[in-house]
Amino acid sequence: MTRDNTKPLLLLHVGLLLGLFLLQFVLPAYHHTNMTRIMLLAAYATGYNILVGYTGLLSLGHAMFFAAGLYGAGMAAQYIGLNPAAALLLGIMCGAGLALAAGLVALRTAGVSFMIVTLMFAQASYLLILYFNDYTRGDEGILLSESSRRLDLGWATLDFVQPTVRYNLALLVFAACLLGLLALLRSPLGRVLVAIRENPERAKLLGYDIFRYKLMALCISGAMAGSAGACFALMFGYVGATYASIQYSILVLLWVLLGGVGTAIGPLVGTVLMFYLVETASDYTSSYNLFVGLFLVLLVLFFPRGIVGWLRDRAVPWLP
Amino acid sequence: MKLLSTSGLAREFGGIKAVDGVNFTLEQGEIRAIIGPNGAGKSTFVSLVCGRIGPSAGSIEFEGRDITTMPPWRRVGLGIVYTFQITSIFKNLSCFDNVALAVQSKLLREHGLRGLHHRRLRESTMSTLELVGLHPLSHTHAGTLAYGHQRLLEVAMGLALSPKLLIMDEPTQGLADSEIVEFCRLTRSIAESATVLLIEHNMSVVMELADRITVMNAGSVLAEGTPQEIRRNADVQAAYLGA
Repeated sequence: MTRDNTKPLLLLHVGLLLGLFLLQFVLPAYHHTNMTRIMLLAAYATGYNILVGYTGLLSLGHAMFFAAGLYGAGMAAQYIGLNPAAALLLGIMCGAGLALAAGLVALRTAGVSFMIVTLMFAQASYLLILYFNDYTRGDEGILLSESSRRLDLGWATLDFVQPTVRYNLALLVFAACLLGLLALLRSPLGRVLVAIRENPERAKLLGYDIFRYKLMALCISGAMAGSAGACFALMFGYVGATYASIQYSILVLLWVLLGGVGTAIGPLVGTVLMFYLVETASDYTSSYNLFVGLFLVLLVLFFPRGIVGWLRDRAVPWLP
Repeated sequence: MKLLSTSGLAREFGGIKAVDGVNFTLEQGEIRAIIGPNGAGKSTFVSLVCGRIGPSAGSIEFEGRDITTMPPWRRVGLGIVYTFQITSIFKNLSCFDNVALAVQSKLLREHGLRGLHHRRLRESTMSTLELVGLHPLSHTHAGTLAYGHQRLLEVAMGLALSPKLLIMDEPTQGLADSEIVEFCRLTRSIAESATVLLIEHNMSVVMELADRITVMNAGSVLAEGTPQEIRRNADVQAAYLGA
């Protein structure tokens, strides 16, 4: 966090975003849609990384914040006819709001207890979605009508069904999360979060109420998860309980571990790799999780700090 | 003027009375040393004062205000600052970030969010690093610093908080003789604006720096007085100095 490397940092991250922008012109349709999903999931993972990578809080229930965005935006668009922009905003608020509520309780614990409490909250959220089947349509999910996914700007109509709109919107959300993270890391707040990760006891005796700071980190993280969830609902027109299941809490952890905990671009790298690993493996076998598992064992053995973490240790120590 | 006082302060750990009914008063502006054999309860006592741990009984007053149940981060706000033994700097952060953490804590408290202006934070941090002579190393990772420099960094973080009461837990442990001389000079300059409470094993440092000495043994205060009085005290000689 020293201030020497502003130029290469900007070059790297703006270059990365520019690359993602240009990618849409060369990708075939199938991968185009994949990348749209990946960028949204990477935004979700970037938020998760703020918590686990920079504040040192390992949550096992992050899917509930993603689902809060998903359901908040999706149900508002479908049932109340809220326009997509307002629905997205509502989704972000649902993610942050749930994070605030869950955090007020869960953050009284730390370490393994925190993992268990977040897991418990997430399971409760998942079961609630199933319980209120009449509104959420449970496992089956809600299919959003195409009309609810159209934003009338007056001079033009932004159609969330259109691949180009989807891709660029996903890129925008990911860019906002990535640049938000970078700004956070250079801010006094980011410095305090890292201090809490490194040594909470010391941070307390420097005058920081670490509960409040952890809560702030959780809310930012929840807002990012909410934004990704909301976009998922509005772009792909489907809101289902699967996204609130434990699978999506574990997946996000794996993406971040694979890319590199506590690295800014690690979550994107991890999400891309894991997505295509599952994709490729499932071409050959229905038990693709076997390959994923094997891959993770190798990862832990040879790259315990993730791919970007490994790069940072060897070659580019200035990576944030 | 009385800065800090404790009455009947006690802390038990599973039946063991680490601190047992300590009545203690500290005057503003003095340098006070707490000495005593290992296990006398010195560290536990100062941990109670700064709020790292809570007492089993008794009360603590700071500037006439009862702070017995106040959480540690708010005590920092009142000016009670604790500098740890060596292991407590942020080893993975640069020296700059270590001190900036302390500086921004103070600025945030005094000026709110406006206090966190980039340039102000930077200047304030650099001038604190300069005070202890670490400014050429501001970008160095704290974990790679020499031991004596890590000690100085710890002190710098304490100073950056503008303490009224600076508690130092065995500050000279592991320092070379020349570094100890430098440390004594630094402590005296700190004492011009703050009250210093020092846990120290090095008797020559204690005798040189302290205005008064408190001797603890088995969780209680055994004796208190000027360095000369303590040197002459028969009980102290028996318990600690080795008769």
